[in-house]
Amino acid sequence: MGGVSAPPPASTMADTVSETPLLQLRGISKSFGSVQALSDVDFEVRDGEVMALVGDNGAGKSTLIKCVAGIHTPDHGEILFDGTPVHINEPKDSAKLGIEVVYQDLALADNLDVVQNMYLGRELHDWLYRLKEPPMEQRTAETLKSLAVTTIRSIRQPVASLSGGQRQSVAVAKAVQWNSRLVILDEPTAALGVAQTEQVLALVKRLAERGLAVVLISHNLNDIFEVATRITVLRLGHDVGVYERAKTTQQEVVEAITAGVPTKVAGVPAAGAAP
Amino acid sequence: MTDAQVEIVGQDAPTAVAEEEAPKSLAGRALDNIRTGNLGVLPIVIGLAFIVVFFSFKAAHFFTADNFNNIVVQLAGTCMLAYGVVFVLLLGEIDLSIGYLSGLAAVAVAELQLPGSNQDAPFSWIAPVNGLLAIVIAVAIAGALGAAQGSIVAKVGVPSFVVTLAGLLIFQGVILQILEVRGTIVIQDKWINDTAYYYFSHFAGWIIAAIVSALYAGIAIAQVVGQRRAGLRVRDPWLLLAKVVGLTIAIFGTVAICNHAKVPTGLPLAGVLVLIFLVLLTFLAKRTIFGRHVYAVGGNAEAARRAGINVAKIRILVFVISGAMAGVGGIILAANVNSVDLNVGGGTLLLNAIAAAVIGGVSLFGGRGEVRGALLGSLVIVTVSNGLNTAGYKAGVIYVITGIILLLAVTLDTVARRLQVRSGR
Repeated sequence: MGGVSAPPPASTMADTVSETPLLQLRGISKSFGSVQALSDVDFEVRDGEVMALVGDNGAGKSTLIKCVAGIHTPDHGEILFDGTPVHINEPKDSAKLGIEVVYQDLALADNLDVVQNMYLGRELHDWLYRLKEPPMEQRTAETLKSLAVTTIRSIRQPVASLSGGQRQSVAVAKAVQWNSRLVILDEPTAALGVAQTEQVLALVKRLAERGLAVVLISHNLNDIFEVATRITVLRLGHDVGVYERAKTTQQEVVEAITAGVPTKVAGVPAAGAAP
Repeated sequence: MTDAQVEIVGQDAPTAVAEEEAPKSLAGRALDNIRTGNLGVLPIVIGLAFIVVFFSFKAAHFFTADNFNNIVVQLAGTCMLAYGVVFVLLLGEIDLSIGYLSGLAAVAVAELQLPGSNQDAPFSWIAPVNGLLAIVIAVAIAGALGAAQGSIVAKVGVPSFVVTLAGLLIFQGVILQILEVRGTIVIQDKWINDTAYYYFSHFAGWIIAAIVSALYAGIAIAQVVGQRRAGLRVRDPWLLLAKVVGLTIAIFGTVAICNHAKVPTGLPLAGVLVLIFLVLLTFLAKRTIFGRHVYAVGGNAEAARRAGINVAKIRILVFVISGAMAGVGGIILAANVNSVDLNVGGGTLLLNAIAAAVIGGVSLFGGRGEVRGALLGSLVIVTVSNGLNTAGYKAGVIYVITGIILLLAVTLDTVARRLQVRSGR
């Protein structure tokens, strides 16, 4: 099926990357009135890999993600999760499949503490709807520890008092806490300084090492080349190719973002997949 | 958080999050709290102490047990309204209708307790009901009207300021319409009047003090046991002990003062009601899922929505609480004067209730504040007006002073908020 049909050749990451894609989008189209936001887009992400999704403003990255998150429903096309076709009509559906989206700046309530944010909307409670604080606190500590998020002084301090990197770490930890299988990060480093960006990127790598599928949306190619396994480039609502990080250059990706030609012509392999 | 502590995630850093750093001293953490804009009840308690000392020197009859009982009863009505205001403010909304909504509940209770033939035109078909039932019905009416306003805010999306401003006008109009002919209804029902006029016997007062202290100690112990069982470090065992001891002393001290009073002697029921609602609503706000979601919606409604919280439902329920608490307060206020008249629910009631919550540290911007703030805030407002009254000042002075205190409190809140933001990034 078009540009992404050929599985990536064995690479250093191959042992952690499984064969069937966890999430596979086929021929997704979506229009808003007369605006064609996505036309015939293919996309896939496998367990244990970080798939970067790049493209200029208006390329359709957010629309594509919202189709997966259940905020938009695609007009045409197929979504396969774990090899089986699924219908994602509302955010609940994607959450049920184990898809979690971390939106930039929209994930946390500043006035609540770390534990309260981690369990927001899924609080543990007894039959009286009383909160069960001790287990929530304990498991939050365990989750953060397992992700090596160690800089937070107290998980009982309000999120408002955390640094940008710490907040993003909490948002990511919140997403992976629920046995999620696919985590989508929307511009996780956009507002961060150098040290904090490193902190979040290290966390992204760790998620993939744990076997999760990660989709990373970013404008920053340096970040992407640091953590991504593969890179999908969108341009004007079309996918212009999937590149393997190890076998491409920033130059090539930039060219695809700014001047890429849709590759959806049968038989022609994606630009980056060719040796 | 200073720049020196630039955070680096190191896989090799073995610090467990739960263990935190070496526990800071109590004073150190209090200082931290103040630095990050979390002032707690400290400023208001200091302010209150200052007010009490000031008036004790200024007015001869201020610092007496009798006047203490007075203050408690005067405070009860406003405080009930302020409890409701806390929840509305936590959402970052406002409810301007509570003044006349409380008046409407008072009118309802007054009409319901009237002997049948005596009732006003639109209600003459209603059989007189038991006072307790009348109270329940009136509170339910107020809650339902709150629900109606909340639905318009949450479902249609009209700003709460406008919806409740309309409510203010409508409810005032309804009150005027109902009381048009009669002007005043005297309340004779014992149940209703007891909300402001019943005083427990000295012995019953001591029993209540013992029960309350024992319950608080029990809850504190249960909390420690729960934390222990989950393998968490028990934070500040000494602080908890100090709280239990402090509360016990405060409760028994209060009863001692009430029993020492001469004219109405004993613990007033109104004070006990204030305490009961304080405990119930604090539990609701801090220990239940509903309360957690109220804070979440007030802090970041979009995050709450994306976390799967039914934001509209939370908003409507909060306006129900606000309405129902206005009803409770209105009944106590009416009982206080044994009647309702054309001015019921008017005057400074609404503004005092909102001011009480704000003085008590509840943020107007949503998400920050506690139920007990309403009690402390109404204590300040009522004590000031009582003190100025006792010292012989006129209403004008009382308004000016109350206004200055409100301004101080909001300024403090705003500065605290700015500090918090600054320390955050």
